[in-house]
Amino acid sequence: MTRRFTWFNATSLTFGFVFLYLPILLLMIYSFNESKLVTVWAGFSTKWYGELARNEAMLSAAWVTLRVAFMTATLATILGTMAAWVLVRYGRFRGRTLFSGMIYAPLVMPEVITGLSLLLLFIAMSIERGLYTVVIAHTTFAMCYVAVVVSSRLVSFDTSLEEAALDLGCTPADAFFSVTLPIIAPSVIAGWLLAFTLSLDDLVIASFTTGPGATTLPIKIYSAVRLGVSPEINALSTILITLVAVGVIVASVLEKRWWSRRSG
Amino acid sequence: MTEQGGTSLTGTHQPQVFAPWLDETAEPIVEFRGVTKKFGEFTAVDDVSLKIHSREFFALLGPSGCGKTTLLRMLAGFETPSAGKILVEGQDISAVPPNMRPINMMFQSYALFPHLTVAANIGFGLRRERKSNSKVKARTDEMLKLVQMEKFADRKPHQLSGGQRQRVALARALARNPKILLLDEPLGALDAKLREQTQFELMNIQEELGTTFVIVTHDQEEAMTVASRIGLMNHGDLAQVATPADIYENPNSRFVADFIGDVNLITGTAGESAQENGEAVVVFHPDGGQMNFNARSPDGIQPGTKCDLAVRPEKIHISPTKPESAANLLEGHVHDIAYAGNLSTYHVRLADGSIVKAQEANRQRLGNRDITWEDPVFLSWESGSAILLDR
Ligand SMILES: Nc1ncnc2c1ncn2[C@@H]1O[C@H](COP(=O)(O)OP(=O)(O)OP(=O)(O)O)[C@@H](O)[C@H]1O
Ligand SMILES: [Mg+2]
Repeated sequence: MTRRFTWFNATSLTFGFVFLYLPILLLMIYSFNESKLVTVWAGFSTKWYGELARNEAMLSAAWVTLRVAFMTATLATILGTMAAWVLVRYGRFRGRTLFSGMIYAPLVMPEVITGLSLLLLFIAMSIERGLYTVVIAHTTFAMCYVAVVVSSRLVSFDTSLEEAALDLGCTPADAFFSVTLPIIAPSVIAGWLLAFTLSLDDLVIASFTTGPGATTLPIKIYSAVRLGVSPEINALSTILITLVAVGVIVASVLEKRWWSRRSG
Repeated sequence: MTEQGGTSLTGTHQPQVFAPWLDETAEPIVEFRGVTKKFGEFTAVDDVSLKIHSREFFALLGPSGCGKTTLLRMLAGFETPSAGKILVEGQDISAVPPNMRPINMMFQSYALFPHLTVAANIGFGLRRERKSNSKVKARTDEMLKLVQMEKFADRKPHQLSGGQRQRVALARALARNPKILLLDEPLGALDAKLREQTQFELMNIQEELGTTFVIVTHDQEEAMTVASRIGLMNHGDLAQVATPADIYENPNSRFVADFIGDVNLITGTAGESAQENGEAVVVFHPDGGQMNFNARSPDGIQPGTKCDLAVRPEKIHISPTKPESAANLLEGHVHDIAYAGNLSTYHVRLADGSIVKAQEANRQRLGNRDITWEDPVFLSWESGSAILLDR
């Protein structure tokens, strides 16, 4: 592989990044727009951020979303890692194909169907819908993504490391926590972040499974936008993007530090 | 002078001969009893029975895929035998999980924990024993010193060379002071020079600690160098278990003779027993040859049996003139000469077209050699150097 700079590389890189980030950049710029009209630039202002801070409904929706995303990511990471572990380690057991198929199915399942079926389940079990039903619903699909991310790492994991741990006196659980988990930690963290983001921006499943008092931000934004796009939404989105970006950067920095400092 | 030498030899200086396997009553530290391992339909280890004694340096040798690693992994507890029993110090250990066995293993890939430093890797097993921090540290330092890695205690495995990693793996496996240490091709990744040096290090460490070592290798020279006994495996079977000298001089089959070192095999039929210079020999009729040879037959082969005569190239003397008194003589032309620095191997073509190899040390410089290509030569060997192998 050559690492030479070529115009082709530069062009495709630029094109790709522009395609990905130009809309987001536009959104961020217009959040500082003085005018109430989203498409007309009328000078720099931070007034929409002030407006947002006074919008109780919007803020509580944001808080609900963050809580749901956090709980979802944590639950999905634990369950997804366990599923990946079983799939990769205990290679041949009865019903493995069925098990792995069932784990990966929600990845390709239309969200509407997932949402609807969960809704029916909650109704059938007469579970009151609210924040926790959204968490459960999000966990069911986010854990599949975690399982995919973690199992792709586990496949290339040298099993003799685990055997060495057993050989040196670890119980299987001890071996998992003191050898396997630290080594696959980056992919587990990546899985957590993925689950967090998936939950953060899900609209369809959340609207099926939520109840009164648990309106998530995407639902709130969606209903607000139907009444007309307001610069306030732009401001809110800018804050969210900044939060996510900071989170990702902090996670990767922490992970690097942790690797270099950890010495047992 | 011989008298004096004789008396001093019987004195305290005589090294104790280490051969516990000769003692029928000695309790082995490891015993395989009819152990079989099947992977589905495939039999990787086939009804192996073997006794390994305390303080032995036992080498498992054999071609790739013959079941050496599988045998070792069953002893370590990573595989369960399909049939048979494994006993350690007389106790059946089939129900004991790997973490409870008094056995440690040095892995072929070293399996060092990449997220831990050298010192933490070595101390890993000690910490599982619920030892105090100071004890763990003391033992870790001791092991670092043993393998001369004190300077590298704070490095991560990826910052070490192959040879250094291998020493860390050895130290880690030895730290818990196991009764038995298993080594799966521990020197596979090293170059020839470092390999030889490490073999001697291993032998020194083994002698110093008195641990029982079981080493897997497919390098026969390595097995000959380090081992007190060699178990040669073939297709899941133990073909022969013997000391290095014994397995080289008295192979019990064509496979063993061929695998260990280089050998000339001549097919033929065994004849009557005879006496030659007071030694019992058997007359051998090679297929299609006019001359008969004399050879040893430790198993006492029956006359008329189809068998092979095996003789090592370095036991064959090559000369341009006919030797005066030789019981075993062949005539041919030099077909090829393989020069290996210290040795030359002459490939001699006989009248019937077959090739016999003879090896000579190069005591003279290359230019002064008196045998060259296409020269007519005579090959001869002593009857005691040849052995008959049943087929
Ligand atoms: N888990 C397994 N499943 C199926 N077959 C296996 C398994 N492990 C080993 N085998 C087979 O058993 C046979 C013996 O394997 P083993 O690893 O013991 O060979 P080996 O003597 O150590 O060879 P090498 O010198 O190449 O390491 C091989 O043919 C291998 O394919
Ligand atoms: Mg092997």
